[in-house]
Amino acid sequence: MRVLIDPNGVSRGLRRVAGEIVERHRGTENLVIVGIRRGGVAVARDLVHWIQDHEGHGVPVGMVDITLYRDDVATALPNPRIGPSSIPCSLDGKTVVLVDDVVYTGRTVRAALDAVLDYGRPHCIELAALVDRGGRELPIQPTYVVRTVEVGDSERVDVVDGEDGLSAIVQDMGTPTIPPEHP
Amino acid sequence: MTDSHVRHLLQVKDLDRTAAERILDTARAFEEVARRPIKKVPTLRGKTVVNLFYEASTRTRTSFELAGKRLSADVVNVGGSSSSTSKGETLSDTVRTIDAMHPDVIVVRHAASGAAEYVARRTRAAIVNAGDGLHQHPTQALLDAFTILSHKGSLKGLTVAICGDILHSRVARSNAELLPLLGANVRLAGPATLLPHDADALGCPVFDRLEPALEGADVVMMLRIQRERLGGAFFPTLREYSRVYGLNRKRLELAHPDAIVMHPGPLNRGVEISDDVADGPSSVILEQVEAGVAVRMAVLYLSANEPEGPVSRPAGL
Repeated sequence: MRVLIDPNGVSRGLRRVAGEIVERHRGTENLVIVGIRRGGVAVARDLVHWIQDHEGHGVPVGMVDITLYRDDVATALPNPRIGPSSIPCSLDGKTVVLVDDVVYTGRTVRAALDAVLDYGRPHCIELAALVDRGGRELPIQPTYVVRTVEVGDSERVDVVDGEDGLSAIVQDMGTPTIPPEHP
Repeated sequence: MTDSHVRHLLQVKDLDRTAAERILDTARAFEEVARRPIKKVPTLRGKTVVNLFYEASTRTRTSFELAGKRLSADVVNVGGSSSSTSKGETLSDTVRTIDAMHPDVIVVRHAASGAAEYVARRTRAAIVNAGDGLHQHPTQALLDAFTILSHKGSLKGLTVAICGDILHSRVARSNAELLPLLGANVRLAGPATLLPHDADALGCPVFDRLEPALEGADVVMMLRIQRERLGGAFFPTLREYSRVYGLNRKRLELAHPDAIVMHPGPLNRGVEISDDVADGPSSVILEQVEAGVAVRMAVLYLSANEPEGPVSRPAGL
């Protein structure tokens, strides 16, 4: 296991991304931040914190669960748990920033795009990620990234929500995943 | 048949607590889908669901049909009177014919007890029992449990009074098995002629009057007087039944002040339930209908998508 981004690095990176988002959109009007369950939810939470720090006011934040939109529902996990989705407002005409912890094949993001589009017709959808690890199987590109790294297929990037905040670590594919959350 | 990849929901008895809770948890996630602007998810795209209904049914069939469509499955309705059954085809041949078209799930309603299991033996599809005779109606019990959970948070320690025609009620039978599995105490009440002879076997206290069953109850579940099944003389008149066994506001006062009133529908207003109770603040009858779609989405999702389904195949099948 090795640390890819420590909590300080995550804070600095998300602060920069928060600045990029408000700069590009000249503020936070019509902005909605949507975390992709489960890993993206904590990143979205921190990103919203930094946007608030930057602008002095918060922005609407929601989350989507992509289980029902996966392209491998029939072949993948034996009993995927469907988590809650909550979108705070209609997304018609909004600027939606999807947030995930790690972008890899792009299939999760593809599913999240479909999910978000079922909540309305946003003006545009952007993607922010803590780590872009390469290995894309679909033509999907994050708009904002904290760290881009090449990680081999035998390794996995996990984002851990620890006491000091979020950090990104790299470990062997075989290592057990973080235990599931209990909402 | 030795196929271990068949996944049915035939009767409540096949569910253990974990399996029941998994269906209810999954349904909670689907509840949200019905409240979106676009009430459809792509999860069962390319799957086929056949609703094989030999008995008249509006709400259950519509509920299963909407559940399947909201999951993007292709849903086909086959009815008893409009089908080849009216030309003399046996149930066995109908099922084998449908099976040859490769459906993923068949939802069965039939007047004969045990029909769902009979169908399950003759197809590769997953079978969901939508009511078989006097036997079982497991998705109704699940949606009732879901509705109670929405209001009470937990079933643990709740007293549920199920009242009316227990004898002919697959709803009562299914609930009397499911609700105690989830921690509730069930009481059964009805005229002695409409109580099953083996009522004790259900393991619930049985009353031949309404009042003692209602005393302090957290949930009052009224059953429909099924005129279509009441060939014999079970009670003198509907009016007499209503006077002694109907739920009205006065009788409801015996229950807990926060009690909810349920009914599987369709209502016989003025017979088993009075208008002021059916439309009153304690009534959650329409919420049951809403819960029905979410629960059936969960059951179809689990049946069509998982090797084991909501329950594994019962022994001997």
